[in-house]
Amino acid sequence: MDQYTLNLLFVGATFALYIGIAVWARAGSTSEFYAAGRGVHPVTNGMATAADWMSAASFISMAGLIAFGGYTNSSFLMGWTGGYVLLALLLAPYLRKFGKFTVPEFIGDRFYSPTARIIAVICLIVASITYVIGQMTGVGVAFSRFLEVDKTLGLMIGAAVVFFYAVLGGMKGVTYTQVAQYCVLITAYTIPAIFISLQLTGNPLPPLGLFGEHLESGQALLSRLDQVVTELGFKEYTFQDGTPSAVLNMLLFTFSLMIGTAGLPHVIIRFFTVPKVSDARWSAGWALVFIALLYLTAPAVGAMARLNIIDTIYPNGTASESLSYESRPDWMKNWEITGLLKFEDKNGDGKIQMYNDKSTDFAATAEQRGWKGSELTVNRDILVLANPEIASLPGWVIALVAAGGLAAALSTAAGLLLAISSAVSHDLIKGQINPNISEKGELLAARMSMAVAIVVATYLGLNPPGFAAQTVALAFGLAAASIFPALMMGIFVKRINNHGAVAGMLTGLLFTLIYIFLHKGWFFIPGTASFPDTIEGSLLGIKSTAIGSIGAVLNFAAAYFVSSITKETPDHIKELVESVRVPRGAGAATDH
Amino acid sequence: MTDNNVTQKSTADQSSADAYWSANVRIIIVSLIIWATVSFGFGILLRPLLADIKVGGTDLGFWFAQQGSILVFLCLIFFYAWRMNTLDRKFGVDEE
Repeated sequence: MDQYTLNLLFVGATFALYIGIAVWARAGSTSEFYAAGRGVHPVTNGMATAADWMSAASFISMAGLIAFGGYTNSSFLMGWTGGYVLLALLLAPYLRKFGKFTVPEFIGDRFYSPTARIIAVICLIVASITYVIGQMTGVGVAFSRFLEVDKTLGLMIGAAVVFFYAVLGGMKGVTYTQVAQYCVLITAYTIPAIFISLQLTGNPLPPLGLFGEHLESGQALLSRLDQVVTELGFKEYTFQDGTPSAVLNMLLFTFSLMIGTAGLPHVIIRFFTVPKVSDARWSAGWALVFIALLYLTAPAVGAMARLNIIDTIYPNGTASESLSYESRPDWMKNWEITGLLKFEDKNGDGKIQMYNDKSTDFAATAEQRGWKGSELTVNRDILVLANPEIASLPGWVIALVAAGGLAAALSTAAGLLLAISSAVSHDLIKGQINPNISEKGELLAARMSMAVAIVVATYLGLNPPGFAAQTVALAFGLAAASIFPALMMGIFVKRINNHGAVAGMLTGLLFTLIYIFLHKGWFFIPGTASFPDTIEGSLLGIKSTAIGSIGAVLNFAAAYFVSSITKETPDHIKELVESVRVPRGAGAATDH
Repeated sequence: MTDNNVTQKSTADQSSADAYWSANVRIIIVSLIIWATVSFGFGILLRPLLADIKVGGTDLGFWFAQQGSILVFLCLIFFYAWRMNTLDRKFGVDEE
């Protein structure tokens, strides 16, 4: 059986499974559509949260960014797990106690202001759509590879599948399908990692293999990697840029990912589905357990893949002749079809050279060896999917990874679309425009808003502002700057009133959004950016992915300032805050 | 609204609620100090200071940035959940 058929078989079988579960658990009432009737066990909920959370960014993109960025991209690892600590300590139990369906509902009630609720809806939609763009990038990569088509066509097919899939089921369908998706994606991620770890280090546990010994050279794996990358003119893999601006950017970026995690509505909404407040606390822990399984594996995948790629291109060591284009392995040929891997024979010697052609120190060596620039361009997002092929693993592993990547992208895209659609239909239409809308009408509005969101995201996904994980990082910055501070102050600071919250959210959102647009192009349209998105070239010396932290600080500051010069929070709201702070009395959630 | 338990509270209830909340905030602050120390501290800012402590081909700071922080985060969340559930019972605010 050839690889193409095998891929189709695996992807088809897993899809049939998800859709089967979605149909079986098809949502009946609106309460089930949004929050699964609140009967989900913390471990189950943790697993579903993990699937929801680990998107194309985590599965497809992150290890690739770590592989090529080394230590600096540890921000993704710390940021996307550290946020769960904030979620568990600062938000989840209280929002569960509050007992409503959506994040804007909490903001609207706590800040006794329909305006605050509408602004929260806007923040949520902006962050979620940006996030979906990142997912669509990943979906496009996965579909283009396993259907062996161009990346644009892959994206179109992916969008159609995501739409069909998300519209079919509500949260309940999604909760149980997401458990299935988690199982598929974690197996798909860890199996090739175990194989590769065994090949390179003899250790079956990739996180231990990463800090273990490289069998072939007898050196520690990371020392070996540091050595070969420096031989090609790159900085060491473990290198830390100690300049104050680089350290500052790394701190801000990590912080932005952390508070963004705790501010993303599709993750928070998960904690509304557990039966009790104490379960909300455990649930966050279980979610992180399931997430950590992938996040502890990812840095090993990144480092080992980088080493394997270099070994492929320089089969006899970096000092000897590199691989000739004619004898390139099948995985390169396969990825060339998608346009995500490109070879250009700059010096016309028929051999593939990949090295750091930006390094001035290395220029002399390159010159001497007759190299005229790095000839292989590898899209970072293909690394995880190509990983089993690079390591020459069996065909079923490759097919499994394709299925896992799609599971990751689909589950998150579905969760986000659900968050967007509930914000529009529940908070905007039912809450503000037409409170008497029928259940049927509300469901229809929910599905229509999903359709609009996916069309917008697909269109913008054709020219994404970065690799999947980078686009997603922008979404985190937006959530970090707008939603997280409002939620946290809502629970912890009684003094913040309606005007304060509105001022804070608007300041945070607008500042962050405009800063991102200035560096990434207005509405991410290529060519409309005013500043280069580098530490040196950017407006404030901060990259657009890290600016969410500053936005959040401005949000807090604006909220405090405006609250201090406007009227005190009324007593019944203070009582509401106090009741949210204690678990006792958390009943089932109510609609209104 | 679900908060029908919000009625006029006696002073004793109020001071107990305040004590519960400040105990909670204390646990949160301690946990967040640890949270920041392992990630922003050991993983980034203090990495040069830990450079002499070697771990599998690199230094301790690198380990914290790519693995250690995640493990500490896990412990923190489970510790908090356990500690708060005990506290809920102690102050009689747990769910029946």
